[in-house]
Amino acid sequence: MPKILMIHPEKCTGCRNCMLACSYGKDGQFRPAASRIHVYTWEREGFSVPIMCQQCNDAPCTKVCPTHSMYRLPGTTLVEYDSRDCIRCRMCIQACPFGNAVFDSYTNTILKCDTCNGDPACVKMCPTSALTYDDETVSTRSRKKALATKIKDAFQEVS
Amino acid sequence: MYGWTGVILRVDLSSGAITREPTNMRDAKLFIGARGLAAKLLTDEISPRTDALSPGNKLIFAPGPLSGTFAPSMGRYDVVTKSPLTGAIAASNSGGTFGPELKFAGYDMLVIEGRAKHPSFLWINNEEVEIREAGELWGNMVPETTEMVRALTDEDARVACIGPAGEKLSLVANIMNDMHRAAGRSGVGAVMGSKNLKAIAVVGTRPIKVANPKAFEKFVKIARQKISENPVGGTGLRVYGTNVLVNILNQVGAFPTRNFKDGYFPSADKIGGESLTSNHLLRPKGCFACTISCGRVTKVVNPKYAGKGEGPEYETAWGFGADCGIDNLDAINKANYLCNELGLDTISIASTIACAMDMYTDEVISIEDTGGLEIRFGDAETMVELVRLTGLRKGFGNQLAEGSYRLAEKYGHPEYSMSVKKQEMPAYDPRGVQGIGLQYATSNRGGCHVRGYTISPEVLGTPFKMDQHATEGKADVVITFQNLGAALDSTGACLFTTFGIGADELAALLSAVTGVHYSPADFMKAGDRIWNLERQWNLKVGMTSADDSLPTRMLKDPIPTGPSRGKVNHLHEMLPEYYKLRGWDAEGIPTEEKLKELALA
Repeated sequence: MPKILMIHPEKCTGCRNCMLACSYGKDGQFRPAASRIHVYTWEREGFSVPIMCQQCNDAPCTKVCPTHSMYRLPGTTLVEYDSRDCIRCRMCIQACPFGNAVFDSYTNTILKCDTCNGDPACVKMCPTSALTYDDETVSTRSRKKALATKIKDAFQEVS
Repeated sequence: MYGWTGVILRVDLSSGAITREPTNMRDAKLFIGARGLAAKLLTDEISPRTDALSPGNKLIFAPGPLSGTFAPSMGRYDVVTKSPLTGAIAASNSGGTFGPELKFAGYDMLVIEGRAKHPSFLWINNEEVEIREAGELWGNMVPETTEMVRALTDEDARVACIGPAGEKLSLVANIMNDMHRAAGRSGVGAVMGSKNLKAIAVVGTRPIKVANPKAFEKFVKIARQKISENPVGGTGLRVYGTNVLVNILNQVGAFPTRNFKDGYFPSADKIGGESLTSNHLLRPKGCFACTISCGRVTKVVNPKYAGKGEGPEYETAWGFGADCGIDNLDAINKANYLCNELGLDTISIASTIACAMDMYTDEVISIEDTGGLEIRFGDAETMVELVRLTGLRKGFGNQLAEGSYRLAEKYGHPEYSMSVKKQEMPAYDPRGVQGIGLQYATSNRGGCHVRGYTISPEVLGTPFKMDQHATEGKADVVITFQNLGAALDSTGACLFTTFGIGADELAALLSAVTGVHYSPADFMKAGDRIWNLERQWNLKVGMTSADDSLPTRMLKDPIPTGPSRGKVNHLHEMLPEYYKLRGWDAEGIPTEEKLKELALA
């Protein structure tokens, strides 16, 4: 079953273990600037949100890539990136509406989440399960259930 | 280079010179990093006689070799300088993301020297470093300053700054980073203010490398597991924050109340972590690479004290709570928010307000001295107002800004100050817990719990249980905890990792990251070395064994109520043994043999 990286911002503590796991997993060193997942923290609100490539079905990055370095294999959920033919034109960065494809001048490459080939390092290092790797078709089940629980509790309270 | 970056950044604000130099690797191996390595540099470079608020003092920001890695909860840094509050060496530890960002920018340490002609801020963008005029920044609170600095530099910059308290050279001013994290103690914010330095912004995009990745991954996994399986490190701190200690310390009768007049506070539960979680907590927060998440994002809706921010920690809830005779958690939260905004150390200012309440009650000070304010125990509104006045140095706050010792001494009664070496003691009554009294008395930065957290064995039973009222064996355990803490701080690790791991795991992580082999014994010896380095320097400042003491109240006035009723601290039964086990003479001076053994002679 295809899977999706789900974020649960209400559980995120802003610790950035995911960013460290990503950069270490990809490059064998700690360089959060090169992480394919980023955590944004609003310090006044004390709220943090992790964000990474959404692996869009109809992905703009694959459409603008002149060398087909950014592409999707039919029947998969992953947008693939192959650096060998990439000419670093950075069109994918221009096209991504979420800012989730990034050019890194330090390593001269495009950075984009590839879900670590179906075994995302960020999920394993998240200490609070703010990141999960769920079956795509039922990925929002826990949220629906949480809301349903509230409704159930409300009804039980008045009954 | 592994773990360390191998580069020190030096900024002379007087001349504007910005220079880089290699980290002394012999020193790095001996003193590790952060607190230890910065202490070595400071004590090598400044005279013990330096006026702490003069351009001759240096202000060092130092992450450790583990900072910036995913070693769990090990992304901290220290601010090391000569303290204007105590005159001793200061090393104030803070979390958030600022310390690791300095490493990612390429630096083991940032050394600030001199004094800028005009209020300034520092902008470090990897190797590009600029001193800029602070202009409109000066005078702003911490949150506004942080946002303005980002607008002037980079929207993702990590910012450390002072608030109005540091600008006005309050001796209880801190340095804040990431808006809510504090290098709190010993008045380090006043040193930054004396240098006319309002803020430091950092962006770092460089790598930190690991010497032995396979071993490192293995030890990270072990450390994470041990911390998560520990009831405090794995669950307690995330659910209730450090404030879970309120009821625990009160139940053993070691919860200082009304400026340490008592050790028991009947309504403690109203200000504890359980109440905070029920009534104020929005969500837990973690520092860089943290797996513990003790940070508290909280909110007060009560219009009188409305606000939002982070806190309170246990010591803060105690200080503005029981120590001021207050059981209103809304007001305590508000005082905490104000401290973070104004840049004040919550422990020292709370204890200073409690000291003023005590002196007012005993008519040592009168309404004429306080600028018309009645300052009584239990008055939450006045307490909150005094925090605000102190941060701005307005009215009576101008006197409180000097800390409790100078306040009490001014009126001829220094005995009202609950401080050691002029720094206020925190939230554990040394009459109810003997070992922590010895720790306060011998701490190299004065009144402080984290230098040797003997509360773990004496109250919490971690990693073994000791009788809180016994004096036997306490000298030994204080020394072990002091040495462990010194080495641990120097790696960049958080003290709370000791709720799960100890010297074995820390030495293994440090060895794997740096490629320098540290056995657990080497690691503890490094802690001993750092402790003795700090001690030697404090002796050169002019401190003597007479400064290794506690307020008379702790030694003479028994706790009047609660489970520890009738107890006093028996410091003088423990201190000679402490000196002996440390390898010091009867005057508390390290012997030649000891210094040679530690490669300090």
